[in-house]
Amino acid sequence: MAHHPRTDLESAAIRFAGDFGDCIQLMGDQFARTSAALGNAVFTAPDLPGEIRSRPGTLGGVHAFQVGFGSSAITPGDYVHTLVAMTPAALRANLPDVAAGGIIVANTDSFVAEEWVKAGYDRDPLSDGTLTGYRVIRVPVTTLNADAVSALKLSPRDADRSRCFFVLGLMYWLYDRPLDATLHWLRDRFAHLPDVYKADRRSLKAGYQFGMDLPGHAGFRVAAQVYGPGVFRRVNGATALALGIAAAANRSGREALFASFPFAPAVELLHQLMELQPPGVCPLQAEDESAAASMALGASFGGSLGFTATAGPGLGNISDVIGLAVAAELPLVVIHTMRCGPALGVPGKPEQADLLQAIHGRNGESPVPVLAVRSPADGFDVVLEATRLTMRYMTPVIVLTDVGLLHAGEPWRVPNVATLPDLRPPASPPPPTPGKPFLPYARDVRLARPWVVPGTPGLEHRVGGLEKEDGTGVVSYEPADHEHMVNVRGQKIAQIAGDIPRLALEGPPQGDLLFLSWGGTYGAVRQAVESLRTSGFNVSHGHLRHLSPLPADTSDVLRRFKRVVVPELNCGQLVSLLRSQYSIDCESLPKVQGRQFLGAELADWARGSFRPRLLSPGVEL
Amino acid sequence: MTGTSLPVLSAKDFATDQTVRWCPGCGDYSVLTNFQHALAGLGLPRERVAVISGFGCAGRLPYYLNTYGFHTLPGRALPLAVGLKAARPDLTVWVAVGEGDTLGPGVGALLHAVRRNVDIKILLFNNEVLGLTRGQASPAARVGTRTRTTPHGSTESDLKPLPLALAAGLTFAARTADVDAERLLNVVRRATFHRGTAIVEVYQNCHVYNDGAFDYATDPSIKAETTLELEHGKPLIFGSDRERGVRLTGPTADIVELRDDVPLDDILVHDESLPDPTQSWVLSRMTFPEYPECFGVFRAVERPTLDEILHVPPPGPTRALQDLLAGDDPWTVV
Ligand SMILES: Cc1ncc(C[n+]2csc(CCOP(=O)(O)OP(=O)(O)O)c2C)c(N)n1
Ligand code: SF4
Ligand SMILES: [Mg+2]
Repeated sequence: MAHHPRTDLESAAIRFAGDFGDCIQLMGDQFARTSAALGNAVFTAPDLPGEIRSRPGTLGGVHAFQVGFGSSAITPGDYVHTLVAMTPAALRANLPDVAAGGIIVANTDSFVAEEWVKAGYDRDPLSDGTLTGYRVIRVPVTTLNADAVSALKLSPRDADRSRCFFVLGLMYWLYDRPLDATLHWLRDRFAHLPDVYKADRRSLKAGYQFGMDLPGHAGFRVAAQVYGPGVFRRVNGATALALGIAAAANRSGREALFASFPFAPAVELLHQLMELQPPGVCPLQAEDESAAASMALGASFGGSLGFTATAGPGLGNISDVIGLAVAAELPLVVIHTMRCGPALGVPGKPEQADLLQAIHGRNGESPVPVLAVRSPADGFDVVLEATRLTMRYMTPVIVLTDVGLLHAGEPWRVPNVATLPDLRPPASPPPPTPGKPFLPYARDVRLARPWVVPGTPGLEHRVGGLEKEDGTGVVSYEPADHEHMVNVRGQKIAQIAGDIPRLALEGPPQGDLLFLSWGGTYGAVRQAVESLRTSGFNVSHGHLRHLSPLPADTSDVLRRFKRVVVPELNCGQLVSLLRSQYSIDCESLPKVQGRQFLGAELADWARGSFRPRLLSPGVEL
Repeated sequence: MTGTSLPVLSAKDFATDQTVRWCPGCGDYSVLTNFQHALAGLGLPRERVAVISGFGCAGRLPYYLNTYGFHTLPGRALPLAVGLKAARPDLTVWVAVGEGDTLGPGVGALLHAVRRNVDIKILLFNNEVLGLTRGQASPAARVGTRTRTTPHGSTESDLKPLPLALAAGLTFAARTADVDAERLLNVVRRATFHRGTAIVEVYQNCHVYNDGAFDYATDPSIKAETTLELEHGKPLIFGSDRERGVRLTGPTADIVELRDDVPLDDILVHDESLPDPTQSWVLSRMTFPEYPECFGVFRAVERPTLDEILHVPPPGPTRALQDLLAGDDPWTVV
């Protein structure tokens, strides 16, 4: 057979999709591991159905797992380069995301009338023109796989178990990946089940061979990333947050109590902490969100670091407890995972619509610092930063992340613990002396009150939700005192703006267009800006990690650009904040489909909007 | 102070300089005084005691106690105390809550704290009314109680904290009344040294909105007839001439006259330590006027506490964390 040269790509995104039994996650994970070992940057994003075991073959039951890989992968990737469709439903659910001219690997064994009907097709989509414009690789996976393992004389059922490795082998061929990482993994994993190991191995190799024999296809070669040196690992968003909590306990010298109530996907954190059992961290399952937050706050009152995690409507359930922490001026870190709302909304899908709730959603004037995670691994650093702020300013802190980030994974340079920030809290005040009573609400230069560990003799004091007299902490309903306390608490949080990094910019410090991102839109915006700059556009990218307070120079930076555009997975919440705080007319680029932006989508918008006729407001995506 | 001997503290040492703001004549005053005396008698240093409270008049207790204290919100006192105790097993943690809180917004939290058997102590102020909000029906209001929100008399059946908590596995249950200094001191002491969740229910007179609700149980001239003092190992006998007793017929308590044909052997002997909670549950439900109401310790048993089970390894060593950060599958790029 003639050997065509492989086509070179900078990066690509592939997506495995199928039913629960198709081992979608396994294929995705293996592909990601192998690619990371090759030196690719890798970003993984599972997309699980909302129901636990939905009916096989239906759209609601489709599992998907996307792997973006290449010289840089900071999002799951743009439009899908190759879609593996194990079923007609998988094809139907994922086809809109496939790039024009993209490849469809279709498991023809499941493209039978009964299956297309379940997926809502009334004809075979492989032959009715649905896939015109795509390159289709037809693979009767079950049949070919049965042949591949026939020498092992397994029952048909056992034989079929290895078919995902056939598909994986084909994908390895398509993108020029070696088989050894997966073969090693299989050998370790199934050392005690030699038949399984043998079958999986044969399937993997047979799939690869199937690719080699494909007429007319030469496959691709994907550039490796230049990175290092250092020790790296893959980490998903939940693990990074859990490791952040472990590191926070270590660097502060305080034990951490993490209490949470199971709610997808925040529960991943509880799972991780229970599994990892990090030294210094006590994970606890509470009976509901408010109890969880209360437990965490109780631990903080006891001198430990209290953490809790919520998702969706759970943040509202604990707003009173956050307010109590504001009044009592105690540390508390709330890690909140945003998902589509209101109420239960669309389970498992990301949104950023809880920003204003996090900033304002409590009774009374109760400002709290709000931070947001921008990528899976970034959660580690954000937790450390939240820990610094919560102890240094004696205030609850809310960390926002989203469903997509929590499940997604990327390579992470493992930090050296010794070089992580020193988070030891200020020393406890000295015991009182005659004539100098202890003042539980005395304030330091940062306006923070002392954090006294119960058990310390002489410093017994009371805190609580009733207004206090500054200094003494005695309950006070004096009008002037209340106003003073509201102002002090406000000032304490506002001045954090001077204790955080300036607004980070990529690209020129002034110009025609600034894309401003926060949270999980970071990757798509960065990708868009990189591609726009490559094609000569004068575009910059600013990213906000701190949403409240905003970095001190935010207004100055924004004013240096002719246009400021804020893509958000909400109806313009950050934009409304920027407008009200700085009277700057930023433009909102909203998307509320339960999906993250694609870099290409934003780049296309910018290309379009630079045409004069689109310069007017009323931007559409 | 030198040496290791603990200072002997008096009730005054547990008082703060705050003006107590309960209504004149409120039963909370005697609870406060007796609780201060009880704490002083425990031999615990002040700094080892933390008092967490919920809302209502009862919730003000921490402000009047010179210990560590936290006045919280409805339904939050118990989980907050659970978190505190989990983080700081070395502290003695008391929770001060009204029945309106514990049986209303905090009812779930009550059952869960009890179920976990966390080593916290609950001083449950039961005045059978929502005091601080000026006298509405509480979940403990007995059928027929007239309040501003039940003008025709309450029709919902009342919740009693002890039977509820015993059903959830409470390991220490006691009941006393605000005016009963000696018993209050005694049960607070026993609750403090009990290992596990303890509830001390205090019948507390709300002088303004439910005055005299417990007169039947506290009036010295009649209480021999209307109440029964529980004593471990002793038969359940009451009456001014100790002429009546409690007999169990199946799960039902019967009141019987002690006459020749009813031998003392038939009378139930109180046993706080029964592993099965049924008997304590039956006793805790007995309500005047059908029955005498029981005071004292209903149940005191041991089982593992949450704070013992949660053994948190200390934050070090750094090495272990470094390994954890690297995970199972790291690779090195040179
Ligand atoms: C979130 C919230 N809802 C309602 C109230 C109003 N409130 C204050 S005290 C109270 C009832 C307290 O009853 P109880 O716990 O029996 O205490 P008591 O005042 O009788 O001692 C209520 C409903 C409140 N403080 N907070
Ligand atoms: S309202 Fe009742 S319970 Fe509250 S302080 Fe007054 S008398 Fe006491
Ligand atoms: Mg009450």
